[in-house]
Amino acid sequence: MKELKVQPIKNGTVIDHITPGNALKVLKILGITEKYADSVISIAMNVVGKRGVKDIVKIENREIDPKEVNKIALIAPNATINIIRNYEVVEKYKVSIPDEIVGIVRCANPNCISNSREPIETKFIVKSRNPLRIKCYYCEREVEDISSQIV
Amino acid sequence: MKFEGRDVISIRDFSKEEILHILDVAEKMMPIAKGEKKSSLLNGYIMASLFFEPSTRTRLSFEAAMKRLGGGVIGFSQPGTTSMQKGESLADTIRTAESYCDVIVMRHPQEGSARMAAKFARVPVINGGDGAGHHPTQCLLDLFTIRMGKGKIEGNVVALLGDLKYGRTVHSLAYALALFGVDMIFISPKELQMPKEVVEECREMGVNIEIKNDIEDLSSVDVLYVTRIQKERFPDPEEYKKVAGSYRIDKETLKKAKEDMIIMHPLPRVDEISPEIDETKNAVYFKQTFNGVPVRMALLALVLGAIE
Repeated sequence: MKELKVQPIKNGTVIDHITPGNALKVLKILGITEKYADSVISIAMNVVGKRGVKDIVKIENREIDPKEVNKIALIAPNATINIIRNYEVVEKYKVSIPDEIVGIVRCANPNCISNSREPIETKFIVKSRNPLRIKCYYCEREVEDISSQIV
Repeated sequence: MKFEGRDVISIRDFSKEEILHILDVAEKMMPIAKGEKKSSLLNGYIMASLFFEPSTRTRLSFEAAMKRLGGGVIGFSQPGTTSMQKGESLADTIRTAESYCDVIVMRHPQEGSARMAAKFARVPVINGGDGAGHHPTQCLLDLFTIRMGKGKIEGNVVALLGDLKYGRTVHSLAYALALFGVDMIFISPKELQMPKEVVEECREMGVNIEIKNDIEDLSSVDVLYVTRIQKERFPDPEEYKKVAGSYRIDKETLKKAKEDMIIMHPLPRVDEISPEIDETKNAVYFKQTFNGVPVRMALLALVLGAIE
């Protein structure tokens, strides 16, 4: 039997197929280190899997919710989320980039109205998924470095 | 085609057919715009004119358009006289204004402000310029002027000259002209070239684009659209003088052009067009300014549902 580099977890979430090198960003985006201070978190980077190299994140005793998952989709578009209960995968889904990204990314244009003190959430229209290109709904400017603009 | 209740934020919100319909309505408005005929089409309607940034032509022509159609106008031309000064948000200013009027026209220095205003207002919002964003009514009046001057839009070669990089109006104009299948020549100093994505989009829409740095050969041009080269884009005033001087349109330039080439400019102009051109039959920029009135009349009447 092949040796498992990362041990299975009893309960929690496994985020698999993260774009290699992005595991730490995923943790940062999810705010996991602060929010899930009581969870054991294991990270594996540059793991060789069936579909090539990937990163994996395992979060014990926490099931992450879909809105958070969409945040990951922006930097790890091929990631899969596995919800584990009692060592079994009870739910498995691919992250998906929605048609509109609301409240997750900040517009890079400092003169955009969405960066002012107005009662609105930021909103981006997805122009293409691969490569990921998003355009501000308000000022229509494209965001070049998406990961640096995540709220 | 339904216009009643619609916002006018970007020229991209309209199809070619819709644009043509607006221009057709504008043409019918001409005698009223000139004051030759009286109209009470928008009698009882109120337009709020919210100008958070200075403007001569856009504001005056919108207000004239509304009044020529018998409507009323409220508003301000300096945000310093409003509660924004006390820190009120634009959203709240819009919610307040819309309760007093039937249509809002606004200019604001921030990109996306008109789109946001439209979200908060139940009445139609017409964008009179949002920072470096859109200025759809300028684009419509430019198309209207080309159609008037040349009989039609398609089939002409249009040269856009000057600051093509930052110029707010030229990007949407290039898109709109491409929508009509118009071949274009983009003439500018290297530092102020048309952004790549605009060029690419036009080419993808199937029109021929030529990029030039000088005005030596204008022999194929039917419409010369001149924009202002702004001093502040150049760190060195000498460099500005040199560049600006090499794009100045005068009678010598006309010798290199078709006899019936029309010259347009969104104004204000500084030195880009010599005053000696003003009296030639080629100069249509003052007509272009006037055309803001019938085009804006058409839009007001359409979005208010006074005509279909």
